[in-house]
Amino acid sequence: MKEINQLELPEDLKYTKSHEWVKKNEGDTVKIGLSDYAQDQLGEIVFVEVPEVGGTFSKGDEFANVESVKAVSEIYLPVSGEIIAVNEELEDAPELVNESCYDKGWIAEVKLSDPSELDSLLDKGAYLVTLKG
Amino acid sequence: MNSQIGTSGLIFNEPQLWDKSIPGRCGISIPSNDVAKIELSKELTRENVEFPELSEPDVVRHYTRLSQWNFGVDSGMYPLGSCTMKYNPKTNEVQASKQEIAGAHPLIGDDNSQGALKLMYDLQVMLAEITGMHATTVQPAAGAHGELAGMLIIHKYHEKKGRQRSKIIIPDTAHGTNPASATLCGYESIKVSSDENGVLTPEAVAELMDEDTAGIMITNPNTLGLFEKHIKEIADLVHAKGGLVYGDGANMNAIMGYVKPGEIGIDVLHLNLHKTFATPHGGGGPGSGPVVVTKELEPFLPVPIIAKNNDKYVIIEDMPDSIGRMHTFYGHFNVLVKAYSYILSMGAEGLKNVSEYAVLNANYIKESLKGVLNLPYDRPCMHECVFNDKKQAQFHITTMDMAKRLLDLGFHPPTVYFPLVVEGAFMVEPTETESKQTIDEFINAVKTITQEAKENPEILHSAPNITKVTRLDEVQAARKPCLRG
Repeated sequence: MKEINQLELPEDLKYTKSHEWVKKNEGDTVKIGLSDYAQDQLGEIVFVEVPEVGGTFSKGDEFANVESVKAVSEIYLPVSGEIIAVNEELEDAPELVNESCYDKGWIAEVKLSDPSELDSLLDKGAYLVTLKG
Repeated sequence: MNSQIGTSGLIFNEPQLWDKSIPGRCGISIPSNDVAKIELSKELTRENVEFPELSEPDVVRHYTRLSQWNFGVDSGMYPLGSCTMKYNPKTNEVQASKQEIAGAHPLIGDDNSQGALKLMYDLQVMLAEITGMHATTVQPAAGAHGELAGMLIIHKYHEKKGRQRSKIIIPDTAHGTNPASATLCGYESIKVSSDENGVLTPEAVAELMDEDTAGIMITNPNTLGLFEKHIKEIADLVHAKGGLVYGDGANMNAIMGYVKPGEIGIDVLHLNLHKTFATPHGGGGPGSGPVVVTKELEPFLPVPIIAKNNDKYVIIEDMPDSIGRMHTFYGHFNVLVKAYSYILSMGAEGLKNVSEYAVLNANYIKESLKGVLNLPYDRPCMHECVFNDKKQAQFHITTMDMAKRLLDLGFHPPTVYFPLVVEGAFMVEPTETESKQTIDEFINAVKTITQEAKENPEILHSAPNITKVTRLDEVQAARKPCLRG
């Protein structure tokens, strides 16, 4: 497993304590996925269950789950909103979450219902502090 | 020479039965047909039904060879935490196989089934006595089924009170089936975290418990193998808000004869007869998950219930508040027979000894191995103890590597990566049926492995090395499963 200083944590993303990342897109939409730390800790991922497009969730809701050789883990929605797209490639290629967690391994795209919630997310520095905690 | 238990031997490759099939070969002589032939309608027949054609030795050798690839509790120690893979005395199998019992049929009526009904009635009474509860149903077919029955009872209780509730509190150390059972009843599971000592605190429960919460589901001892010492206080505060306490009794073999769940505030509890009470477990065969309840909850038990009316045993179907039927007939009768036989042959003192040895064995292993494996919760445990691979991380050795290597040394691996609250969990449950000699051999095997982790990590990465099938590609198996028979 990676040491903390080996983790790839892009500066332009926001993070959560439960290891999701959030990327702000045009308009009030965001893309969401699992951080490098999460995919590394989970180990090789064998299945990703994504939500249905059109579903609405509140911040902190379980909206997807990911199964690795070790266990099934829930993924929590970092911000409230409606699911407007999911990464359908994960159905046949769950390993994308391991291989490319910030790009090809994205999980869902969400239309924010409360854009101010973005302010409560962690930046890279704050996320690193929680990892070292 | 210090010989280890695991060794390699002559094991046979064996194809599938269809690949051994020879056209026209047959294992039996079919008597000549003295019934006139009739034509079946087309809907009932089809062409090309593929049955393998084989002789008796072909079939006997096939299954014998497959069985030799296997590891079972009859061949060695099986310390699979949370699963209680103990050795079950063969006498209980003998009793359950007796003609009078195995041949009993549920449709021959009460009058002709008095012996079977007495057995079920007596077992209901004994299980209520052991757990300190008031009434029992022996109908549920397995642990999770018992959980569902128990949760339906809680659901019905609130319905009768006039106001249904929406949530249920479940600790992070619960069995994974608990939230599933609660969800089937329409309850939302609310997770409560255990504290730094691995147990629940009344404060954490009090924060979540409100009048929309139906109750709490508690496994005691919990899945860390720790006794929930605040259980009475937690039960009291759940009751004070009108909730009920569900007890998952899957770990009853740690407290039997010492703790009566009915006396520490549990309202509903299920037992796993196939773990605690002498039915072999883990083979996918029939289980049994009786549910015991307080007097207040008795009217909600599933029907039918076996009762005693003067000197006659009767089947009671008429219970207006019952949650209904959970299973055809009366549950898995042959498992009930084994539990009955086990309880009678052990006796009250014997059942206390079960708990004593289960707890002693686990603590002996915990103390013996905590020098070589990291022990996240270092306090007296009950029937199982949970280590992890933190000390081996520097050698890039994981729990999975050590578990696989145990097979080479002649032991079934422990439970790995569960419970989830311990990262890299290595969960050992020796059970009460292993001798000190066998447990010492296990301890030595683990110590050998932790030594190898430092000196020869490659042998762990490739393990198991001497089994019929070596390290499987679990990732590939999960991503691209081959489901061909």
